[in-house]
Amino acid sequence: MLRIDALDKRYKTGDHALKGVSFTVERGQVVGLIGPSGAGKSTLIRCINRLVESSRGKVLLNDVEITGMSGSGLRRMRRRIGMIFQEYALVERLTVMENVLSGRLGYVPFWRSFLRRYPQADVDKAFALLDRVGLTDHVDKRADALSGGQRQRVGIARALEQDPELLLVDEPTASLDPKTSRQIMRLICEVCRERQLPAIINIHDVSLAQMFVDRIIGLRAGEVVFDGPPDGLDHAALTEIYGEEDWNQMRAEKEEDARDEEDAAAFEATRRERMEGIA
Amino acid sequence: MPVTQTPSGPVWTRRTTTEQWASWAGWLAVAVLFVISWQVMNTNTIWSFVDDAPRQAGDLLSRSWPPRWSYVGNLWLPLWDTLNMATLGTLIGTILAVPTAFFAARNTTPSVAILRPVALFVIVASRSINSLIWALLLVAILGPGILAGIIAIALRSIGFIGKLLYEAIEEIDESQVEAIRATGAGGWQVLDYGIVPQVLPAFAGITVFRWDINIRESTILGLVGAGGIGLQLQSSLNVLAWSQVTVIFALILVTVIVSEWVSGKVRTAII
Repeated sequence: MLRIDALDKRYKTGDHALKGVSFTVERGQVVGLIGPSGAGKSTLIRCINRLVESSRGKVLLNDVEITGMSGSGLRRMRRRIGMIFQEYALVERLTVMENVLSGRLGYVPFWRSFLRRYPQADVDKAFALLDRVGLTDHVDKRADALSGGQRQRVGIARALEQDPELLLVDEPTASLDPKTSRQIMRLICEVCRERQLPAIINIHDVSLAQMFVDRIIGLRAGEVVFDGPPDGLDHAALTEIYGEEDWNQMRAEKEEDARDEEDAAAFEATRRERMEGIA
Repeated sequence: MPVTQTPSGPVWTRRTTTEQWASWAGWLAVAVLFVISWQVMNTNTIWSFVDDAPRQAGDLLSRSWPPRWSYVGNLWLPLWDTLNMATLGTLIGTILAVPTAFFAARNTTPSVAILRPVALFVIVASRSINSLIWALLLVAILGPGILAGIIAIALRSIGFIGKLLYEAIEEIDESQVEAIRATGAGGWQVLDYGIVPQVLPAFAGITVFRWDINIRESTILGLVGAGGIGLQLQSSLNVLAWSQVTVIFALILVTVIVSEWVSGKVRTAII
């Protein structure tokens, strides 16, 4: 269980990114964190694993306070929190296996990680996870040889390799096409349910969030302005979070965009086939 | 971009009027500098020497040709010394440059206030002095020989490798570092997984490039007594044995071509 209590963050530049944010996430609950750019979504999840230091307030994971930890205590806490990133943040020049195994860095001593001699149990786990995310055939490839969707799957496997008690997900689909976005969101939510993992997912795409998450928290200018089930997110709530806009029309456009993308993909596929036919 | 409003609509020009005048002034300064340089060059030249330059050059060429190929037998050992000087110098320079670069890079330095300025000073000091000058000093300190050459090459290489490597370290993608840190990795693990893989291609390229440069530089270090093929060049020049000088030049040329080929191969293999 994750408890956030009156979390406040003011950057040195004077930006007041978080203004007393409080909420609790139960075991196995997947929370979608939505809000306009600059609302403090990224800051909030980075304050949880202390990649960003909060100015005031508390974060507790399973009744242990994360804020205020330092040194090896902080590292032991971080290894229990898996994180998935927008641009995948894989180590591009390392192999898929090395990237997944890097999820164990908080558990193994330096010499093991340096010589890449991880305990067999860790390697077994990595194979199982790569199988789970559907990348069994790509174990030995370098991360930069994979497509966007595949890379994000490696990112998911790396986070799960940590045996996390909490998953933080920062815009997992922002660099992916609509179809891959859905597959990735489905995968993240499935593994969270399998493992009873609480998760916070920062996401721009409101309809995608509504499709998959259990609960939505809306952030505006560093404050929680909506907290409820996905179907409670009506016109009024969206206006409260994002400001005035014709939301129904936006949704229609969204679907149109998705159709266009599919058409483009189909065109691309036939073109490639034709090119191969010529070759 | 300067846009001026006129009755017939907005007009765009590349520069404002002031900038345009500054630009003209700049060109004028270049022209003046050219004229002055031309005058300096003419007043300090003794034209009677220049007048018979073609004859002198022809004379030199006729003395240099044909090359005394039999002399090449005396050159293998000095050439081997030269290659060792370059390679060992690069090796020592690299070993010293790597920690210096990590201390100098803003994102990896353990202390911005003390260690970083020290590392930057080491880099600047090493770069500001040519290897030939280093060799001159070291021959005076250590006596003539290959050791002075090795250390001269190493000292000059620290600055070159250190500077390019620390710039590469500062340009890495921080999100990969952040991701590794988020797994609970310790400082050395972050270095090993988050930073080293990103700078490895740059590091390999820089080192091999410096080795290539060092081969060329070490051929002349003998001129000041630091051993290698330059020593042979010096003695041949002293006795005006131009046909031997030709052989030495040919050998240096071949060595440099081979070293460029090797460094090119290594770079493509690593990246």
